[in-house]
Amino acid sequence: MSDMNVAMVERYRNNFLKEVEHNVEEGDWVKMCMQCGVCSGSCPLGPYWDHPPQELFMMIRAGKREEVLTSTSMWMCTSCYNCIVRCPRELPITHIMHGLAHYAKRLGLAPKEQPTFKFSQHFWNNLVKKGRVNELKLGLSLYFMNGLVEGIKTSLNMAGIGLGMLKTKRMSPMEMIGGHSVKDTKGFHAMLKKAEEIEAARVEKYGKGS
Amino acid sequence: MTDIVATNQTILVVGGGISGITAALEAAETGKDVVLVEKRPFIGGRITQLYKYFPKLCFPTCGLEINQRRMKANANLSIVTMAEVTDIAGSTGDYTAIIKISPRYVNENCTGCGACADAVEAEFDNEFNYDMDKRKGAYLPYNMAHPQRYVLDPRVIGTADADKAKEACKYGAIDLDMQEETIELKAGAVVWATGWRPYDAGKIQPYGYDRIDNVITSVELERMMDPFGPTGGKLVRPSDGKEAKNVAFIQCAGSRDRNHLRHCSRICCMASLKQSTYIREKYSDDGQVTIYYIDIRAIDRFEDFYKKVQDDPKVKFVKSKVAKIEEDKASGNPVCHGVDTEGYNRYAEAHDLVVLAVGMEPSVDKDNFPVDIVINQDGFIEPDDANGGIFAAGSASDALDVNRAVQHATASALRAIQIVNRVAGTEG
Ligand SMILES: Cc1cc2nc3c(=O)[nH]c(=O)nc-3n(C[C@H](O)[C@H](O)[C@H](O)COP(=O)(O)OP(=O)(O)OC[C@H]3O[C@@H](n4cnc5c(N)ncnc54)[C@H](O)[C@@H]3O)c2cc1C
Ligand code: SF4
Ligand code: SF4
Repeated sequence: MSDMNVAMVERYRNNFLKEVEHNVEEGDWVKMCMQCGVCSGSCPLGPYWDHPPQELFMMIRAGKREEVLTSTSMWMCTSCYNCIVRCPRELPITHIMHGLAHYAKRLGLAPKEQPTFKFSQHFWNNLVKKGRVNELKLGLSLYFMNGLVEGIKTSLNMAGIGLGMLKTKRMSPMEMIGGHSVKDTKGFHAMLKKAEEIEAARVEKYGKGS
Repeated sequence: MTDIVATNQTILVVGGGISGITAALEAAETGKDVVLVEKRPFIGGRITQLYKYFPKLCFPTCGLEINQRRMKANANLSIVTMAEVTDIAGSTGDYTAIIKISPRYVNENCTGCGACADAVEAEFDNEFNYDMDKRKGAYLPYNMAHPQRYVLDPRVIGTADADKAKEACKYGAIDLDMQEETIELKAGAVVWATGWRPYDAGKIQPYGYDRIDNVITSVELERMMDPFGPTGGKLVRPSDGKEAKNVAFIQCAGSRDRNHLRHCSRICCMASLKQSTYIREKYSDDGQVTIYYIDIRAIDRFEDFYKKVQDDPKVKFVKSKVAKIEEDKASGNPVCHGVDTEGYNRYAEAHDLVVLAVGMEPSVDKDNFPVDIVINQDGFIEPDDANGGIFAAGSASDALDVNRAVQHATASALRAIQIVNRVAGTEG
């Protein structure tokens, strides 16, 4: 368990709803849900979720911390916003789903084999290097995300699209060596470091149970 | 009509639904002068369009008849139909109302024989049946309409149909020269009873009311049950006229929803419970009802009614607000999609017919209220001292059933009586 997770368990004990309200983006909306089910029925990917949004909200209120935070469900959200426009209580459901996923990741509880989780990590690793997404490298790292053999297969399958992108200058082979970046890479990295410090301080603060 | 005498001891009642009728009668029967102004060509309001009343399952016409007798017997009460109050100026004890009276083109000689309707050819959407069928350009709004006097639709005026109607009438009741009039009426107090209207179901896009034939509203279902209604009392599907035996109700259609009406419309749970008995009445054991709900709001003594319907094995309750309705093209069946709250089970249920239990909203547009009065965010009138001698009655004040609307109207009549008594100096 991560330090932050230990700290949070200690701090909120049996009040997971409060923990969500304090730490999850838009988390204070959760208590407004009236359990009508419109969000779950409106989600195009709903059938593939273990726990649709309506159920997640009830689980939060029921204190099912472990089950919620380790769930793959909120990682299934594709940000289509169908639920938000239909929710009779105007809960920002999409944002809460991302908030939950992000919080689970910060706590080190997110399901590491979930494809969206993996993709997000690859994307992040790629982005932080230069402050710009290197599409060529990102694409390749994604192809090989599930192993070498799988990667070669996918690469061959996608070769046509790749060549097309090269031809229409949507991607440059030069990206392989170095690649484009923000003007001030150093400053960019300093900024990220600062953000990490703020995050660490936050964990420290919660650890003391303030 | 224009010869009404009104003073600042007169009580003006705006809206002749069950609430307005009640307030007017209660006041008139204490000896006060009352003028009842109704926008439609007949009085009775929306209850005239209901098949049966919950919780007793009696017919609304019965209560209306009693009220009509009371009205006829009362010399203090004047009724003006096809008249709309457009403005009220002044203050408590001294109001002047501006009333616009639309021409009916039929005078008091009318015997209700219907010869004019036979003669006229043009047909229009029948608003009494929520446009589910057509009516003639000369028409009686419905069989029991009070007053029993035909109306000429203004759209036939100036056409050959108008002359045909005039010729056909043996009693000289058709007067094509009638004009719109605007009159001023004095009043000491006003009872505002303009009632409600069903929420526009087309705005609830995921339910496809505007796209799927076999998705109808609760108010339309009431009309279909009427033996003189658009289907002659048959409970059939609009798409193909087949019997609708497997019927679903969707509760809170447009109510308790920040995208539509924020308030709970209060009566629709009871209305659907009542309407589930309609399906059983028509099809007995072949009838199957499914009620999709968030929670059933059957308040106080209505609980018994709810229990009775719950005990019916042919009525299924699904705790879930349906997310969307799609049409099965081959069968015309509407299919309800959603996830229930008791187990989070995903469902896709096909029905013969889906009824949207639409909410009640105030009939007067809240951004365009003709008088200076305190309304809440939903457009219902608030009890407030700032309203002076103008008192709301019935569903203009809140989503109310008939019982509560009538109680509320009686209270408003009392308040109005107190004001005119004060004007007359008989009450301090
Ligand atoms: C599907 C459904 C089923 C229902 N079933 C039942 C039931 O079984 N039992 C029950 O108790 N209740 C039932 N209700 C509720 C019932 O319909 C209302 O309680 C009742 O109609 C309220 O009467 P009202 O006089 O307040 O309003 P209304 O009936 O709306 O009357 C208002 C009148 O004012 C007139 N008016 C409006 N504006 C003006 C103006 N500017 N100037 C002059 N006149 C004006 C209108 O034309 C109308 O005639 C049901 C409602 C629905 C939606
Ligand atoms: S649609 Fe809104 S109120 Fe309904 S279950 Fe989902 S979050 Fe809750
Ligand atoms: S009465 Fe029932 S159906 Fe109507 S808005 Fe309230 S809860 Fe919904």
